[in-house]
Amino acid sequence: MLKVEGLHVYYGAIHALKDISFEVREKEIVTLIGANGAGKTTTLHAVSGLLSPKAGSIRLDGHDLMKTPAEKIVGLGLAQVPEGRRVFARMSVHENLMMGAYLRKDKAAVEADLERMYGKFPRLRERSKQLAGTMSGGEQQMLAIARALMSKPKLLLMDEPSMGLAPILVDEIFKIIQEINEMGTTVLLVEQNAHKALAIAHRAYVLETGKVLMEGDAKTLLDDERVKHAYLG
Amino acid sequence: MTQFIQQMINGLHVGSIYALIALGYTMVYGIVKLINFAHGDILMVGAYVGFFALTAFNLPFGLALLAAMVLSALLGMAIDKVAYKPLRNAPRISALITALGVSMFLQNTFRLLFGANPRKMPAVFNVQPILLGDLRIPPLTIITILLSGACMVGLELIIRFTKTGKAMRGVSEDSKAAKLMGINVDRTISITFAIGSALGAVGGILYSISYYQVEPYMGMMPGLKAFVAAVLGGIGVIPGAMLGGFVIGGVESFTKGYLSTTWADAIVFSILILVLVFKPSGILGKNTKEKV
Repeated sequence: MLKVEGLHVYYGAIHALKDISFEVREKEIVTLIGANGAGKTTTLHAVSGLLSPKAGSIRLDGHDLMKTPAEKIVGLGLAQVPEGRRVFARMSVHENLMMGAYLRKDKAAVEADLERMYGKFPRLRERSKQLAGTMSGGEQQMLAIARALMSKPKLLLMDEPSMGLAPILVDEIFKIIQEINEMGTTVLLVEQNAHKALAIAHRAYVLETGKVLMEGDAKTLLDDERVKHAYLG
Repeated sequence: MTQFIQQMINGLHVGSIYALIALGYTMVYGIVKLINFAHGDILMVGAYVGFFALTAFNLPFGLALLAAMVLSALLGMAIDKVAYKPLRNAPRISALITALGVSMFLQNTFRLLFGANPRKMPAVFNVQPILLGDLRIPPLTIITILLSGACMVGLELIIRFTKTGKAMRGVSEDSKAAKLMGINVDRTISITFAIGSALGAVGGILYSISYYQVEPYMGMMPGLKAFVAAVLGGIGVIPGAMLGGFVIGGVESFTKGYLSTTWADAIVFSILILVLVFKPSGILGKNTKEKV
């Protein structure tokens, strides 16, 4: 589904991604784990078009994403839950969700999806008129996820969805990711919480200073001594 | 009492013009964080278009207004494309200096083309003022207030209910997140310049009719006052620009009526200083704290 090969990204003189290659297959949860500064978020931004890589190729179902401007990528079935949620703080919950469906023209189906989101996240229904900026971190994260799902993505990119949340909410978020995946959406998950990410993922890539250090089956990596030592404590 | 009401009406008249112009400043600031100092000159261009449409082409007022709005909108988009877009990722001061450059460019181009002498704007609504007791309400005042009000309501509807309006709000809040929603950020910015400039053109025409003339530097004063209005209301906040416009109009009018005409500008600009010292975010400035 998503195939990234030989990706190089520079921030000025800093070589942030050095020859990153990975793949996400249909119906999978794939996670990129690694320490701060390993290049996880940079990789996601390259995929969703928020920055332009120097070299490499990114293909989604045969579409060349390197040549696609960021605002067209969501139309190809790729949505992103950005780091730090980035909900539209001065818009209501309902408006935020509708922003997720910005490109969709199938009004009836959008309404049905909206209803589904409210069914899945009852908190959002209760607060549909409230401004997103006034909600708690956990609620905003739910909203960011629901907003991304409103675009009806085939592939959902999630950047640190558990960041800054209370432990009980972290568990809930991971449960939600699993449910989203079971409903048929492929997920590419970037997480610092390697333990929880590996527990729900099918496959994983370990990044370190801009390179892929290890890759493989998530359960195998979870038991790997080096991974345990470096990331799982 | 009569004088008080009379000044109030005058204040609403100029205030609604300032409000229209202030909207252009605040919309552009809200979306690209740029004080577009060329905005005052766009209203001058709009006034000239209106002037020629009314005099040389003998068009009715409505068509002249429409022509001015369309041409100013195109001009606003062109300025953004040529002057500001290449500087989108440059330090903000670069774009600000460029805006001053564009302003001088427009003023001097128009001076070159049409001369520095003011031309007489035709009196479009030259009918007898309406007399209510001792009050004199010129029809132009009523038309100015109604037309400005209609533009503001129209803008509010566009921003609240249309897809373009939602895109504008999205981009002004978080342009990266907006991109992720599939919003074309460049196009949204372009539309914002177009709408702001069209409103500026309406303001320019009403201003030039109110003061009976057009000249290449006419945009400066109302432009600066509208800028003060936008800052007073809270730069980037649309209702703030409207409120600020009316407050500035009122202050100006009451100063002229009760104190002295010569003091009016000084007092208006000292409001800018006071706002910047005591409440830089303006009356309706945003206080929403972002959660991390």
